[in-house]
Amino acid sequence: MTTHIVSAFSEELEHLSADILRMGGVAETMIDQACTALVTSNQPLAEKTSEMDDAVDAIEVDVERRIMRLLALRQPLATDLRAVVAALKVASELERIGDLSKNIAKRVGPLAGADVSSAIKGIERMGSGVKQQLHSVLDSYSEADAELTLKVWSGDEDIDQHYNSMFREVLTYMMQDPSLIGAGTHLMFIAKNLERIGDHCTNIAEIVHYQVTGTYLTSSARPKAPLLEG
Amino acid sequence: MDETENTGGTPLIVPLTVEPAGEAPAQPTKVGCDNINVYYGDKQAIFDISMAIPERSVTSFIGPSGCGKSTFLRCINRMNDTIETARVEGKIFIDGEDVNSHHIDPVLLRSRVGMVFQKPNPFPKSIYDNIAYGPRIHGFASSRDDLDEIVEKSLTRAGLWQEVKDRLTRPGTGLSGGQQQRLCIARAIAVSPEVILMDEPCSALDPIATARIEELIDELRERFCIVIVTHSMQQAARVSQRTAFFHLGKLVEFGDTETIFTNPSDNRTQAYITGRFG
Amino acid sequence: MTDTITNTEAPAPSQFRDEAARKRLKKRNAAEQRFKFYGMAAIGVALAFLVLFVFSIGSQALTAFSHHKIRFDLPLVAETVAPMGVGDTAAIAENVSGFHQLVRENLARRFPEAAAQGRERELNDLVTRLAVLPMARTTAENPGRIGETLTYFAALSDDLDLYLKGAVAPERRISLGQISFEQVRNGDSVSLRLPGSGAFLPVSNYVAGVIDGTSVLLQSGPNIVLWVGPDNGYQTFDLLTGSVEGFADAPTRARIIELPESARNVSDRQIAWTLALKEEGRITQVFNWALLTNADSTYPEIAGVLAAIVGSLFTMLITAMIAIPVGISAALYLEEYAPKNRITDLIEVNINNLAAVPSIVFGLLGAAVFINFLSLPRSAPLVGGLVLGLLTLPTMIIASRAALRAVPPSIRSAALGVGASKTQTVLHHVLPLAAPGIMTGAIIGMARALGETAPLLLIGMVAFVAEVPAGPTDEATALPVLIFKWSTGAERAWEPNTAAAIVVLLTFMVLMNALAVFVRRRFERRW
Repeated sequence: MTTHIVSAFSEELEHLSADILRMGGVAETMIDQACTALVTSNQPLAEKTSEMDDAVDAIEVDVERRIMRLLALRQPLATDLRAVVAALKVASELERIGDLSKNIAKRVGPLAGADVSSAIKGIERMGSGVKQQLHSVLDSYSEADAELTLKVWSGDEDIDQHYNSMFREVLTYMMQDPSLIGAGTHLMFIAKNLERIGDHCTNIAEIVHYQVTGTYLTSSARPKAPLLEG
Repeated sequence: MDETENTGGTPLIVPLTVEPAGEAPAQPTKVGCDNINVYYGDKQAIFDISMAIPERSVTSFIGPSGCGKSTFLRCINRMNDTIETARVEGKIFIDGEDVNSHHIDPVLLRSRVGMVFQKPNPFPKSIYDNIAYGPRIHGFASSRDDLDEIVEKSLTRAGLWQEVKDRLTRPGTGLSGGQQQRLCIARAIAVSPEVILMDEPCSALDPIATARIEELIDELRERFCIVIVTHSMQQAARVSQRTAFFHLGKLVEFGDTETIFTNPSDNRTQAYITGRFG
Repeated sequence: MTDTITNTEAPAPSQFRDEAARKRLKKRNAAEQRFKFYGMAAIGVALAFLVLFVFSIGSQALTAFSHHKIRFDLPLVAETVAPMGVGDTAAIAENVSGFHQLVRENLARRFPEAAAQGRERELNDLVTRLAVLPMARTTAENPGRIGETLTYFAALSDDLDLYLKGAVAPERRISLGQISFEQVRNGDSVSLRLPGSGAFLPVSNYVAGVIDGTSVLLQSGPNIVLWVGPDNGYQTFDLLTGSVEGFADAPTRARIIELPESARNVSDRQIAWTLALKEEGRITQVFNWALLTNADSTYPEIAGVLAAIVGSLFTMLITAMIAIPVGISAALYLEEYAPKNRITDLIEVNINNLAAVPSIVFGLLGAAVFINFLSLPRSAPLVGGLVLGLLTLPTMIIASRAALRAVPPSIRSAALGVGASKTQTVLHHVLPLAAPGIMTGAIIGMARALGETAPLLLIGMVAFVAEVPAGPTDEATALPVLIFKWSTGAERAWEPNTAAAIVVLLTFMVLMNALAVFVRRRFERRW
């Protein structure tokens, strides 16, 4: 589509999506680094990751301020309106992702020295899957690609299955060796956090899908693994 | 082992279907237009427009200047007849009756289809006479009391009664712009029209006066079929239930106002309402 | 974002601050001053001409608006005044010769020397025959008083009137103080003389420097002598009126009339008699009502513009009855109803051209159509009004159309929008709003028609009309025609009369234009 007659409006919208992508990039790095720190028990890296959350929060505040200004001054309509609202929502989802990643990074310390390497392998795999999801959904955002959002949207099922198997695995560890209960609980939370990040990615996919097509992906129809019974 | 519930490869996509807020279900058609073409001399101004304007609701026409929305509006009460070079083809029905047929008198038609203009144009007479003029020439009032009642009712309905009841004999041109426009609306509804056409009624008014008129339009919607031409998309979004987008003499898109402003289906509509024309 | 842009570049030097710019500015300001000055100069020239015009007409007219009248205490001798009997008032009112005889007798008694010298004619010319008509009329209104001695006023002859107004010849007055003449008996005639030097010296010194034939009158009270010339070291004089002895009673003044008697319409004796009457207080200067209340006359002192005013009014009435309704109807049709096509274009062009047709052409048309073909009465306001009506019609149509076009289309839309028909729209809204403009156009058109002369000449409205017309079919003349006629009059006194008639006409014009302005101001609506 051609640019706006008021070119500053186009610039502001572009700037907004660039901010979102930057924020997404930071969140992606955080997931990656948190998982790496966990696998390698790299405490400094974990701390560095925790600190990155501040950057995410700062960008979110900035994005929110920009959006308020845009709404007040430009009164966007149709695609612009959808883009602005999407940016607002995506920013808050990414902020949550940043928080969850920070939480993972914080659990690197307590897990150091615990003999749970096989479970950590599972976390690593799950982490890279989640990271891939986030990467795809950010791609779909920057490319305005509705197809890709659908892929991300249905891809969450894998994450959920990952989580279920992680859950079972860690539960088994803890039952076998009660001394691992502390570490196991941390692992359980880490897995849960990754699963939550996956859900946020799905949300972002829905938002982007609405932004691009103007139609809703209803969350009730989303494939979801049922909770483990018992 | 638990099973994941799989809905299959294709996700369910539900299109946005939201009834306009507070709106009764679809109204019957009041004004129907069928393949309208308008020519000014050799120049064609309107191309093949067909649309159905519903009863008891506000329909707004938007579009860039010169897109033919005012011209189309003027077809509905045959105001184009007064322009010598204008020629209208096609059929317009009001309640199923063809307005261009020979046995419809354009003068009578215009009292059934009231019109409010861009610039407030009260007659340079008293406020009372402004309202009473229409009923008088049509012989609606048999006595002075009847006329008084019509005047009071029209002014009340136009939300102007409280402001002018003590100065009905003062000239209508002495009112403020917004009051003048409401006076013109009162004058239009004094002859109990079925349809009210408004040609950019707020373009000469300040935001407060505009808000008053918009509020009035919203109230009048309960009894009249209102068609409003506006350059302000925000106004169209605020007052109307249905919006039609005109471009270069063609009807590009006609649909629920909410859909037009959040998710228009045509790229030209999209470009126009997001300010990307050029 | 805009707020992130940093402005490191120095602002470009303004093109409006340097030396060249200052020069340009100066030049532009000078040009503007110049332009303003041209406009003011043009206004100044126009104003100067206007002032000049008003001054020249006004000063001339001023002399015509007052005139001199002689008081007569006449014993109304029944057989002279009413030879047909006191009861026949109509005969009394027309009995000019009877009253003129009384006036003549009165003057002859006052100035017996005239008869003695055989100069009765000169004396009688002090009062025009017809000037006694008002006397006859007032007497006829009150025939019971015949036999009594009543006081009347009659207009002084126009030439003497002009003399008293100082319009005949340049006059120099010199005060001589108390003088007494030596009377030298020469046979049966008595001549008067003064020593060559002495009291008369300033006069003879002055006269030596001016043209020959200068008359010198010495006046002391009602006694007047005429300087004859030097004779053996004396200056000799003729007694014109009064007595020589009278010079002892009052100081003497010399009047040096710097125009030979033969070049004047008034003789030295007439001047002497007039001065004597004036000295006695029998001649007074009063406002010239006759100018406004009399009809035309061959004598300027009793000629008036009333008949012409009435004739003009009748003419204007007919003109208004033709031009206004026809003009408005035509304008309404053309502006509101007529389709725009070749025929209406043609009509429009023709109306505009018609407005530019010289008025004399309309006069020819009027003579050909109304008088020759339709056999309407010649010289009548009816025909004049018809012709002027046709003349005004195009102007009227153009003015009305302009007024109709000035009514905003929004008013028309508003009326049509509430379901008024075309005719209702026009009659209820457009016409009332255009009315002030149309009225203004009508009044200005009428004012122009009022001043129109040429077409009236051609339809015979230039005839001499001594009676005030009673209706539009009577013979009549109009103000501008009267002006034209008076301006061609041979006697000097027509000149101020013409100016006075012009002032009357201009007054009507100004009144009509003022009415137009008033109508426009009063009824103009704002929308």
